[in-house]
Amino acid sequence: MKTENSAVDIDRNKGDFFYPEVHVRDAGVGLSERTIHYIADVKDDPDWVREYRLRGLKTFLEKPLPTHWASKDLEAIDFNKIRYYLSPGTEPKRSWEEVPDDIKRTFERLGIPEQERKFLAGVEAQFDSEAVYSNIKKAVGEQGVIFVGSREGLKNYPEIFRKWFGKVIPIADNKFSALNSAVFSGGSFIYVPPGVKVKHPLQAYFRINAENFGQFERTLIIADEGSEVTYMEGCTAPKFNTPTLHSAVVELVALKGAKIQYITVQNWASNVFNLVTKRGLAQENAEVKWIDCNIGSRLTMKYPSVIMKGRKARGEVLSIALANDGQHQDTGAKMIHAADETTSNIVSKSISIGKGRATYRGLVHVPKHLKNCKNNTECDALLINATSRTDTYPAITVRGTGNAVQHEASVSQVSTEQIFYMQQRGLTEAQAMSLSVNGFVNDLVRQFPMEYSVELKRLIELEMEGSVG
Amino acid sequence: MNELNIERLHIAVGDQEIVRGLTLRVPRGEVHALMGPNGSGKSTLAKVLAGHPDYRVTAGKISMDGEDLLELEPDERARRGLFLAFQYPSEIPGVTIANFLRAALQSRLPEGGELEATDYYAKLYEKMELLGMDRSFTSRAVNEGFSGGEKKRTEILQMAMLEPKYAVLDETDSGLDIDALKTVAHGVNSLRGPNLGILLITHYQRLLNYIVPDHVHVMVAGRIVRSGRKELALELEERGYDWARDGATEPAYR
Repeated sequence: MKTENSAVDIDRNKGDFFYPEVHVRDAGVGLSERTIHYIADVKDDPDWVREYRLRGLKTFLEKPLPTHWASKDLEAIDFNKIRYYLSPGTEPKRSWEEVPDDIKRTFERLGIPEQERKFLAGVEAQFDSEAVYSNIKKAVGEQGVIFVGSREGLKNYPEIFRKWFGKVIPIADNKFSALNSAVFSGGSFIYVPPGVKVKHPLQAYFRINAENFGQFERTLIIADEGSEVTYMEGCTAPKFNTPTLHSAVVELVALKGAKIQYITVQNWASNVFNLVTKRGLAQENAEVKWIDCNIGSRLTMKYPSVIMKGRKARGEVLSIALANDGQHQDTGAKMIHAADETTSNIVSKSISIGKGRATYRGLVHVPKHLKNCKNNTECDALLINATSRTDTYPAITVRGTGNAVQHEASVSQVSTEQIFYMQQRGLTEAQAMSLSVNGFVNDLVRQFPMEYSVELKRLIELEMEGSVG
Repeated sequence: MNELNIERLHIAVGDQEIVRGLTLRVPRGEVHALMGPNGSGKSTLAKVLAGHPDYRVTAGKISMDGEDLLELEPDERARRGLFLAFQYPSEIPGVTIANFLRAALQSRLPEGGELEATDYYAKLYEKMELLGMDRSFTSRAVNEGFSGGEKKRTEILQMAMLEPKYAVLDETDSGLDIDALKTVAHGVNSLRGPNLGILLITHYQRLLNYIVPDHVHVMVAGRIVRSGRKELALELEERGYDWARDGATEPAYR
């Protein structure tokens, strides 16, 4: 069943290993202005970035945890016990040969170099706080496509970087975007020149290797007029005894007529707090599409958004969340219509297993002065056990005439009869469950790139094997 | 020893005893019809043979080729060669017939074994043709939005693909018009042979015109009250279940 083209690490056990730490740069435990200065010094930040970080810290400290609407489990994060910056202190390498052995071995075990050879236009591999490897196929680079880490982007392309950085997601958007703004490190910076269509996906792989650690990558993708790009990210971490924090900020800018597709398949260990802010800006006739698969983690809070700012802009979120025993997937989408004739589509499917909990939060906003906007929202939940839980919080504000919104939601349960029927054909209970779940997500997964859909199926099977017994 | 052997079986749901001391043997190579009025316990028997978790076997034995079935999970029974064509097959949304059957066949292979895709599809199309099913059917989700006739055909298609040693057909004729009935019967007849034992559960004699049984048993109130050759079905049709019940002696078989 293991495919040659596996796009992301999928086997929970496959990611559950780590090598001894080799960090030369370490900001120590806890968060203060000193931490910020340490990071800014090590990274040789320009002054405006240092100030930006300090404002981020201030905002983070001022804002309360959003527990008035979000899970109280957030209180389990002890921000004073986390290490905010760890790196080997070397520049990202352009060839795997130059990457330090332990780190290279990690990514080899995760199959990254192999996938790069097979079907990717470029790869960035981040290990804890910094990219250790970053490379783009020559032909793609020659088209003027920039694909580097956020630090390199900031250093080598300051005019594009500064123009868009923090513009889609301001510091004060939420407590965790503020935290990221304070301590961000790593992530990708991508620029696609006008009219360039990048055929193969660019991939980033985020790996947490250290305990008591927080990973805060910052990704900024700008697709200039009429260009197209697909970006894929995969994430894993070993299972440590203490919680790990992952809090990224991802900003996408699709200029007139551009298309950005952003694909995430996360497979976090079950004690990772995954609190991510993702938002795209779509100008006239542009399209931003998020494909978001949330598997693993202790608590995920993530609501990919699209602001449709230009006429005829399109936004789409296709998401799958699988909440296993002890996990809470609090996910959804936000569609902000800000111009006439904009259209958005949300399809969300969640699966809750054992005592797992899946929450859908959606926001669709169409103001009064707009004409001919359309939104379609479909939101389906599947409950595997009687103890499984799902909640849906859709917020739809649509004003004005000639705007159309459609919302469909369903909750279904895998019935005893259905499982018995499948067992009667020879499938074990776990196989029957995973086939049911795969059937439930099937129409959505079919829209994913092939490499991802196969791996996702495999991952669902592994999750189900562990949950029936 | 090559038989499905049910001995003095008692089955309860909650406090209610539904099957009360039923004895029946279906040797491989034979077709046995089990007839009875509504509520006689026929479908309960079918589900218990397959291992449905809602029913409790309070006494008696079931064995297949000498192996105790009651010790086995439903899927283990299936993989060892027991097939149940359901009276009301479940829908499996999003799972195509082709994928479902492939998973079912795959589950019978040893660990690491892979199904040969070309052979699989060749066989699938051949069996579909036998049952008068269009090839486009393979990409439809199992039983989802199927008519009664389509569901029953799909059951027989699965039976043809999985090649069981024993098949229990639970009211496979119900809800079928005469043309569909003929097609399904043709499918079942083509599977008959020395390696397959069939227990054909039905309410009506009609099906037995098309699938001619070797033996007929009449079940009333959880027991077999009469057994005989195929002529018994005709006699039953003429005289009704009251006759069968009134004339009942102790459960007798051969």
